[in-house]
Amino acid sequence: MTGVSKWYDDFQVLRDISLTVEVGEKLVICGPSGSGKSTVVRLLAGLEAHQEGDIHLQGEVKNVQRPGDIGMVFQSFNLFPHLSVLDNLTLGPVKALGLSRAQAEERARTYLDRVRIPEQADKRPAQLSGGQQQRVAIARALCMEPKLMLFDEPTSALDPEMIAEVLEVMEDLAADGMTMICVTHEMGFARRVADRIAFMDAGEIVEIGAPEQAFKAPKSERFALFLDKILKH
Amino acid sequence: MTFRTIALLSSLLLLTACSAAPGTWGWYVIDPTTDNGWTNIRFLIRGFTSTIQISVLAAVASIIIGLLVALPAFAQNRWLRLPNRIYVELIRAIPLLPMLFWVFYGLPVVMRGMGISISIDPFWGAVITLALSDSAFTAEIFRAGIQAVPRGQAEAAQTIGLSRAKAMRYVILPQAVRRILPPLANQFIYIVKMSAFASVIGMQELTRRANELVVTEYRPLEIYTLLILEYLVLVLIISAGVRWLERRMGADESR
Repeated sequence: MTGVSKWYDDFQVLRDISLTVEVGEKLVICGPSGSGKSTVVRLLAGLEAHQEGDIHLQGEVKNVQRPGDIGMVFQSFNLFPHLSVLDNLTLGPVKALGLSRAQAEERARTYLDRVRIPEQADKRPAQLSGGQQQRVAIARALCMEPKLMLFDEPTSALDPEMIAEVLEVMEDLAADGMTMICVTHEMGFARRVADRIAFMDAGEIVEIGAPEQAFKAPKSERFALFLDKILKH
Repeated sequence: MTFRTIALLSSLLLLTACSAAPGTWGWYVIDPTTDNGWTNIRFLIRGFTSTIQISVLAAVASIIIGLLVALPAFAQNRWLRLPNRIYVELIRAIPLLPMLFWVFYGLPVVMRGMGISISIDPFWGAVITLALSDSAFTAEIFRAGIQAVPRGQAEAAQTIGLSRAKAMRYVILPQAVRRILPPLANQFIYIVKMSAFASVIGMQELTRRANELVVTEYRPLEIYTLLILEYLVLVLIISAGVRWLERRMGADESR
């Protein structure tokens, strides 16, 4: 994305954001609430429109992409409560990609294995724990075989003991070479997985760089202050 | 159920007790043990057929019109949304009785002016009026039900590549139906009761028959009491049916 700005009425949420993510790269975005980090991810997912600048995916203007090219995992899971886990996974492949029911189910079971809950296929989302639900949501996005996976605070709505199981699945995914942009405050995850970490504040990318260096010696005072706050507790 | 049965029986007992006081009540007009009373009762309850037919047809039409009116409310283009607002605001503002007169006496004239010669009988006049009048409310019920589905559902549907129409069909509407059913049942009960207005254009449904019998028998108290009980029975049956349906859908959810 180059020179992207966005306004809600008079309020500017994004100021001239330029950001390139290479294939296979893992980028973590962090920052205080209201800094615009979720908005960046939602723009990339096509959930919101921006007023200035361009967004491209592998050289193409974003709007001509194949459906499901960009997978998205939400903070609040957003699973479809009226469908079984399996049907949550097959809906996109069948209705948007035109796969047969059998092909879609085979694919769904493959990805349920990957997120380590193959035995939950016939349950309803409401019968699963938060961690399991988020893993289903990850599998649902993977079923569309996306080129890029977006995560918008995937562990923020989870109890502490469930955060680990979701992060593990995400680390697996990263190890397989998936391109990922992840909004999170899990600094341990960022340290282990991220190629780069971006710190956003007031609609700008204040600082971007390798996590080790960023944690050791943040260049900006705002990032230092932010790290100090979230690493202390 | 038991509580309501008891309430119903005790109110009947009370009425019977009242009728024991001489000169005030005359249950003989609808006393099933006498020939005349039995004939009268059969005359009255035959009105169920028309009342039920009118109500069911009007409700089905109202649901179809309501959905057609509600869906454009979710268009992104505001000019597409406009017809929805105009229809709802206009239809909702017209009282049922004037609309009934207009449809029954006025609509054939308008149609004749357009070169279409139709006559509207009391039955279809009542069905058309009830369906139109109710459809504005049904449309609002659909709109509210659809809007009550969290925004994240539509967003998730979008990120797995579903078009807006497919998202509506496979993700939003199935979830909205559960929220829509109870108010929709309420509207059906409303239609059943409002079908009584059909009596003023000569439709021989429950209310009309009661009126006609009052004119010949001069016992309004007893006949209208029975009339009210007739509606009560009808509405209680509908409520029981709706609760059964809701329980079934609730069971479906927790499976």
